[in-house]
Amino acid sequence: MGGMAYTSIEAEQLTTAEYYGKALHDLGAKHPDVVALTADLAKSTKIAPFVKAFPERLINVGIAEQNMFGIAAGLAKNGFVPYASTFSIFAAARSLDQIHTDICYQNVPVKILASHAGTSFGQAGSTHHAIIDLAVARSLPNMTVMCPADGAEAYKLVLASYEIPGPVYIRINRGFDAVVYGGGPDSVNFVWDKADELKSGRDATFIGIGAGVYQALQAANMLEYDCDIRARVLNMHTLKPIDKEAIIRAIDETGCIVTVEDHVLQGGLGSAVAEVIAEYGKPCKFKMLGHDNSFSTIGLQEDLLTIAGIDANGVAAAAADLLGVKLGGRDNWEDEY
Amino acid sequence: MPANYGPFDKAEWLRLEKKADELRRLTLQTAIWGGSGHIGGAMSCMDILTVLYHRIMKLDPKDPNYEDRDRFVLSKGHAAVGYAPVLVDYGYMPIEELKIFNLTGAKIGMHLDSNKVKGVDFSTGSLGHGISLGVGAALAARFHKKDYMTFVLCGDGEMNEGSNWEGIMSAAQFKLSNLVIMVDNNKCMIDGRVADEMNIEPLDRKFNAFNCNTYRVDGHNMAEINEALEAAIEYRNKGGEKPTAIVFDTFKGEGVDFMKDNYLWHYGSLDDEKASKAFASLDAYYKERCERAEKEGK
Repeated sequence: MGGMAYTSIEAEQLTTAEYYGKALHDLGAKHPDVVALTADLAKSTKIAPFVKAFPERLINVGIAEQNMFGIAAGLAKNGFVPYASTFSIFAAARSLDQIHTDICYQNVPVKILASHAGTSFGQAGSTHHAIIDLAVARSLPNMTVMCPADGAEAYKLVLASYEIPGPVYIRINRGFDAVVYGGGPDSVNFVWDKADELKSGRDATFIGIGAGVYQALQAANMLEYDCDIRARVLNMHTLKPIDKEAIIRAIDETGCIVTVEDHVLQGGLGSAVAEVIAEYGKPCKFKMLGHDNSFSTIGLQEDLLTIAGIDANGVAAAAADLLGVKLGGRDNWEDEY
Repeated sequence: MPANYGPFDKAEWLRLEKKADELRRLTLQTAIWGGSGHIGGAMSCMDILTVLYHRIMKLDPKDPNYEDRDRFVLSKGHAAVGYAPVLVDYGYMPIEELKIFNLTGAKIGMHLDSNKVKGVDFSTGSLGHGISLGVGAALAARFHKKDYMTFVLCGDGEMNEGSNWEGIMSAAQFKLSNLVIMVDNNKCMIDGRVADEMNIEPLDRKFNAFNCNTYRVDGHNMAEINEALEAAIEYRNKGGEKPTAIVFDTFKGEGVDFMKDNYLWHYGSLDDEKASKAFASLDAYYKERCERAEKEGK
């Protein structure tokens, strides 16, 4: 689960940020114009492999995020491709003016690695949760917005970000993400502007982003077992530009969509999907799951997802409600008596 | 166009006075064409811009993006009503662009867009951004082993923004002696005088405390402006390790008697009567400036 940096069940796996560090190192080895910037969070954002290999290409500005993004823009205007990493909330909220004007308005290739996203730094509380950043990043002209489902996908996504022109906002969770792509980066079917269909189905479509993807996948498996509902699962790793075709296929072929995100309902994945549904104009059952105009609380991310109804049970319940089916039909307690 | 590092003699001083006078007039004319503008803060920095563009910086209007050019960041981006005339006069754009300043569809207006206006290295407008952008450009020069200088011009009211001080701190930490941070210290902001509203003095001592190689000079004296800028370049060339900061003491609306030192001229417009008074004031001002150059020049 995201956020479980010290209680992971998958100790041999890399954390999502460690995959980012590995990808940044590999990009640095291939492209001399890649430089890394941090604001006293080189350790937290796991960029050690890059730092070790290319110490002269690391710029640590101290605790000064606004300055970091301004410097990144100055470097990008002069031939570099800076990867500037900090916690999502300090990128999207504290440094928004620099990202808006210096980076997006000038349309320079600064790649923003926004870690500790959603409630993945759960125990740090709402000052360190980032549940508004997708809405912010999505609203910025020229910005591409991406969010991997797990570490393996993060690796592929970060490599791809170098080739995407202009600014890119990459949102990743702290610690380990529940594994969606079990075979590591090689098992990730990644086309940057296309949603990845993780499970086929014609009764409903679950569209997830980041931590929401694993929950959607689990919910689809539960519904299939429990009441033979076949839900399609889409990993919408690129929120902007969003894969409209995949959403339209979901409307036409399943007529029922549930979106799942560790983010507020206002302006994130659900809103983006709703925009496509509304413009397409065809009736479609629809439910958005996320934080509803509320800050989260202190706790482990998996608990916080449950509290907000964004976990697998929440997704399954929302789908059952939309489809008018009853969950728990295959529960059999007879052998307990 | 290579920088001119010839001797700063009387003829050179007078040449710069003539250019500054032309640019002040073109600034007023631009505000008239555009209907209004940030005239006060454009006039206060015109002597600084003149020395930079017509003596100090290496630039080529025929090749605006050539890699070895010196970089310039107008952190006080609202002074575009003065900066755009400098660029037009320098040959980056035809004067027709200036005649539609601020009008719908124009390339140039209140704040300049680096992706649209030739000769502009960075889009600015939101205050407190320029020093960080300059630090990035100066780091890029170091990484690319280029010897160009980066000049950032801030306003004094702008120094209220905390992000500037993040930038200054990092410029010193990274030993960016190829960066020159300049403040057009005209002592006025929109709502009043800087000292009354949110004082930023003593600016030179603040820069010193932030580990800069600091100068403080009269920003309306061509010889002093030149001396400070040449000293900054010489300091870098001799292996100095600090960024240079120059506090230029100036007056808002300098050159036009009814605008001078008046914060109400932060932004304004000129009707026919005011315009003719302003141009007449510039006539007298230019005469005074030439007399001073004749007297003090060598």
